[in-house]
Amino acid sequence: MQTTVYVQLVGLCAGLLLVTAVLLVWRRSLRASIRLLAVQGVALAVLVAVIGVYLGDVQLFAVGVLVLGLKGALLPWVLSRSELAGTTREDAPLLNPTATLIIASLLTTLAYLVTPPVDGPAGSAATHAVPVGIALVLIGFLLLVTRRRALSQLVGFLLIDNGIAAVAFLTAGGVPVVVELGASLDVLLVVLILQVLRGRMQVKFGSTDLTELTELHD
Amino acid sequence: MGLLLWLPLLVPTSAAAVLGLTRSPALARVAGVAVSAVVLVTGLLLVATVLHGKVATSAAGALRADALSAYMVTVVGAVALTATWGGQPPTGQVVDPRAATYAALVCLFVGAMSLAVLADNLGLMWVAVEATTIATAFLVGHHRTRTSLEAAWKYVVLGSVGVAVAFLGIVLLYAAARGAGQPTLSWSILDAARPAMSPALLRLAAALAVLGFATKAGLAPMHSWLPDAHSQAPAPVSGLMSGVLLSVAFYAILRIQAIANAVLGPGSMRGLLSVAGLASLAVAALLLLRQRDYKRMLAYSSIEHMGLLAIGAAAGGVIGLTAVLLHVLGHGLAKSSMFVVSGRLLAAEGSTAIADVRGLLARRPGLAIPWLAGTAALLGLPPFSLFFSEVGIVVAGWTSGMAVVTSVALALLLVVSAGLFRLAGSMTLGARTSGESADYSTHGPRMPLVLALSVTAVVGLVAVPVGALLLRAAAVLGGHG
Repeated sequence: MQTTVYVQLVGLCAGLLLVTAVLLVWRRSLRASIRLLAVQGVALAVLVAVIGVYLGDVQLFAVGVLVLGLKGALLPWVLSRSELAGTTREDAPLLNPTATLIIASLLTTLAYLVTPPVDGPAGSAATHAVPVGIALVLIGFLLLVTRRRALSQLVGFLLIDNGIAAVAFLTAGGVPVVVELGASLDVLLVVLILQVLRGRMQVKFGSTDLTELTELHD
Repeated sequence: MGLLLWLPLLVPTSAAAVLGLTRSPALARVAGVAVSAVVLVTGLLLVATVLHGKVATSAAGALRADALSAYMVTVVGAVALTATWGGQPPTGQVVDPRAATYAALVCLFVGAMSLAVLADNLGLMWVAVEATTIATAFLVGHHRTRTSLEAAWKYVVLGSVGVAVAFLGIVLLYAAARGAGQPTLSWSILDAARPAMSPALLRLAAALAVLGFATKAGLAPMHSWLPDAHSQAPAPVSGLMSGVLLSVAFYAILRIQAIANAVLGPGSMRGLLSVAGLASLAVAALLLLRQRDYKRMLAYSSIEHMGLLAIGAAAGGVIGLTAVLLHVLGHGLAKSSMFVVSGRLLAAEGSTAIADVRGLLARRPGLAIPWLAGTAALLGLPPFSLFFSEVGIVVAGWTSGMAVVTSVALALLLVVSAGLFRLAGSMTLGARTSGESADYSTHGPRMPLVLALSVTAVVGLVAVPVGALLLRAAAVLGGHG
């Protein structure tokens, strides 16, 4: 692959990751959040495949297909399974969208400031994109602490996971395949478990508003 | 020899698979105890191997039992045996319809912890630690009440997010190793080859990994899930989580610290661990003073002991590291025994409120005596091994130039002890009401409690082979004499 094309493709994928993350902060419809997450998963898979082709690494290309299946299709599908049973909107987040967007932009700046320079195998184009992965992690944390619906917290968790995966592929061309498989399985199981717990919460509490979880305290 | 490494992984998973398929209540009764016994025996055999100067490896080096791993497998087995055997329901009780699922999850939990301590690969260890969260999620929510559901949700969300941060650290560490020409996550290779990793990147990587695993180890200020999860889970599961899962997460911190120290010099994680340690002790001190629930009391005591471990690890050196490792065993056995007794107390008294339990020594001496013995062990009174390990940690702190941290820790430890002492006193002292006869029954198997507490009492006094093993394990972590 020509280097200029490679640089543009990496930049495009990283840009798409960041745009979907910001849109996740902005949109409050849970259905739209799940679709954005799927788009982000596809962008991540394309990024992996592009790096795989550039490095001539067949294994990495296969990992890209795995990422596409898991983050682009399976996880969004799991999330959407019980979506209609509960509330479909994040009706009362703890911060209003404008404030959250401003914080998200500050977090992105912070990510660019704190990321140390890493000379990965995937070239300088990839190195320049690493702060995007860190920004995804930070924005994921923002969603976790400001959203009240159980499903929104799941979306935040998956955003963090996508950010970490992006950093892994950009800095080191991915972790060893055994670890990648194990980590993917773990994430899938955690999401399934949280979905089951969310279902039980819906039955027991009559809603999935996490601010009602206040019975345990000292 | 390599085959031995597979036993603590394959036996639990196959037991869980058989339980899942047959759902046999008879098997569900014995599965946890049998699996724990297998892990304990394997651990002891691995320790014997290590003491003969051999290191068992398997699966192309992905599994490896050096002195530290062998010791940790033994601890996992011993604590798991105490918790599962002591937590066996009395015979003749109505069979829980979900007993098979429960037993299968306990087996998977023990297997995941074994993998976490046997994997010679940071990534694989991470996968195993995350698997413990998955196995325990439904165990915490086993009672299906509102409170247990709340505890399970918080536990899974905070546990997975914390461990995800650790994964980011591991990813960056891999990038640093790759940049130095050694693309590996194996610590035996990293220790032997000592690649010239970028210090800035490694420092960030190690800090993130330590921070992430500290969440799972229940260190403050990332501890908020711990009292909820440990108080809502069934007693044997609480014993396993408090007694050994926290230590397995702490073991991950020790491994990361060893890799970071090899490049950045000794004490590279000292600041982070000291702050987390002191914060944990402070949280435990504040919340133990006014605690109203005895299961939460035990949970806060675990936070206290994790804080002590963090300070011991921050001090490092051969004294600090051997003391930390001895403390892991002593705390594991004492805490799992205490949780087992707390389960029996709850069954007998019908409440976990401290105010509802009075005059235990006069009314139920069968439960009060193990409760007091366990409390004495947790307070660090001699002859229990926690006394020696706490002294070791304090000495290591003083000699490594952490005088201020150690003094503050000692002051906080005093407050914690006073709080625990007062609560134990208010539960056990007092007279029984007239007409009530003293209940000498232990409400369950007596042997596991006797064994666990006597091992805690004598292990600190046995120099051979415990001392030799601990020295070798500390040497693995870079604590040479």
